[in-house]
Amino acid sequence: MQQSNTYIIVFSAVLTIVLGGLLSLANQGLKPMQQKAVELDTKKKILSAVTDLQGKKGDEVISLYGETIESIVVDINGEIVEKDEKGGDIIAENVDVAKNFKKAPEDRLYPVFKYHKAGDKETVEAYIFPVYGRGLWGPIWGFVALETNLNTVKGTSFDHKTETPGLGARITTTEVSERYEGKKLFDDEGNLASISMLKGEKNPSSVLNDHRIDGLSGATLTAIGMNEMFESYFTYYREYILKVRNSTGQKVASLY
Amino acid sequence: MHTQAIEKTVEKKPAEALLSKRRKKFVNDPLTDDNPITVQVLGICSALAVTTQMKPTLTMAVSVIFVMVFSNLAISLMRSLVPTRVRIIVQLAVIATLVTLVSEVLKAYQFDMYKQLSVFVGLIITNCIIMGRLEAFALANKPWDSILDAIGNGLGYSWIILAVAFFREVFGSGKLFGWPIFEAIGLEFPNNGIMVTPVGAFFILGLIIWVQRAKSGYVEH
Repeated sequence: MQQSNTYIIVFSAVLTIVLGGLLSLANQGLKPMQQKAVELDTKKKILSAVTDLQGKKGDEVISLYGETIESIVVDINGEIVEKDEKGGDIIAENVDVAKNFKKAPEDRLYPVFKYHKAGDKETVEAYIFPVYGRGLWGPIWGFVALETNLNTVKGTSFDHKTETPGLGARITTTEVSERYEGKKLFDDEGNLASISMLKGEKNPSSVLNDHRIDGLSGATLTAIGMNEMFESYFTYYREYILKVRNSTGQKVASLY
Repeated sequence: MHTQAIEKTVEKKPAEALLSKRRKKFVNDPLTDDNPITVQVLGICSALAVTTQMKPTLTMAVSVIFVMVFSNLAISLMRSLVPTRVRIIVQLAVIATLVTLVSEVLKAYQFDMYKQLSVFVGLIITNCIIMGRLEAFALANKPWDSILDAIGNGLGYSWIILAVAFFREVFGSGKLFGWPIFEAIGLEFPNNGIMVTPVGAFFILGLIIWVQRAKSGYVEH
């Protein structure tokens, strides 16, 4: 049976409208739940850079976050930014690192999350920096927690959009994020030496040091993305890091 | 009104049982003799990709069955309306809509699973089993038959990928649904790295196909 062109066009149009309507309905209906899921996921990621969240439920994570995280936003010069151009408040949790990534580094906003003792904002125990970069197939991002000396890595957590499962996607595992723990961002002269993954895995310990760690076998391009992400973001955060070190009276001479 | 209704049912042929012998075949055949993965060799991509662990595999299986049942039903319901010249696009649109729905629901209620399965939920759209069934079955059969056919093929796909995932997770990571199985029974068993890679899935699939064909005597023509 051969239908007329009119029939086909009308049929397609009706089908498109019905299916499109169905999808937008589902999208609108599920949006609050999705936003909550994304928010919880972000807070989980931030916290898991400094503490073990194993077995914690969603609400517990949210309340723990409220008790222990204080957030600020800085610019590339390390100055704290509180108001946007229109005079509205800037909230670090709402700063979309992915969107900022598209701007020039000078124009970006850089959130910093300070992890402190529950209820005691003065005793900062770690600084958590969001990082963002390109993996092999799509964006990768993560949170890097530094000890109060703002040099030694306390913990990390990474995530990705479309890295290959079993290969590049392994950056989300604790096995990979633990490799960064205890490593140092700055060398003895105070220059940014960053932390880079080497090619391949099970590298002899002679080539591994404070700035070189095992890579991802089968996912070297993801590893290169990780390295670029570390290097670029800690260049951007450098001014802020120096300021904090200055203000806390840490020996900073060695940084120059 | 009442008498009219009775008259109508009398005129009809006695209705076929909901699960008549003919209909049971729709469900049973794809489980073994006409299995979409092992016999028709369709849907291999996802069978390799998602089967490293049981949990994502189960989510994938449930998602595929859901998409299959509802796309088969939808296409079967509009089978006399669908213009033949654009039927592939229509099928694709229906499948894509259902897959997007699954993906949105997962994002809202199972965010971790959503991230883990990432692109593979979206790739259900291109799973040839689903389009194959729409084209070969739903376009020419009644809704209930189509639902049975979808369930049969969905389960045929599911049990294979679950079987593959079972072996891959047990031997690849020594776990079952994330639960350390060898540790629990106090057995030292080294993990087999190849099971974690897609190659491991190929081996297991090959073994399943071998066993199945040895039993059924099926020969490829």
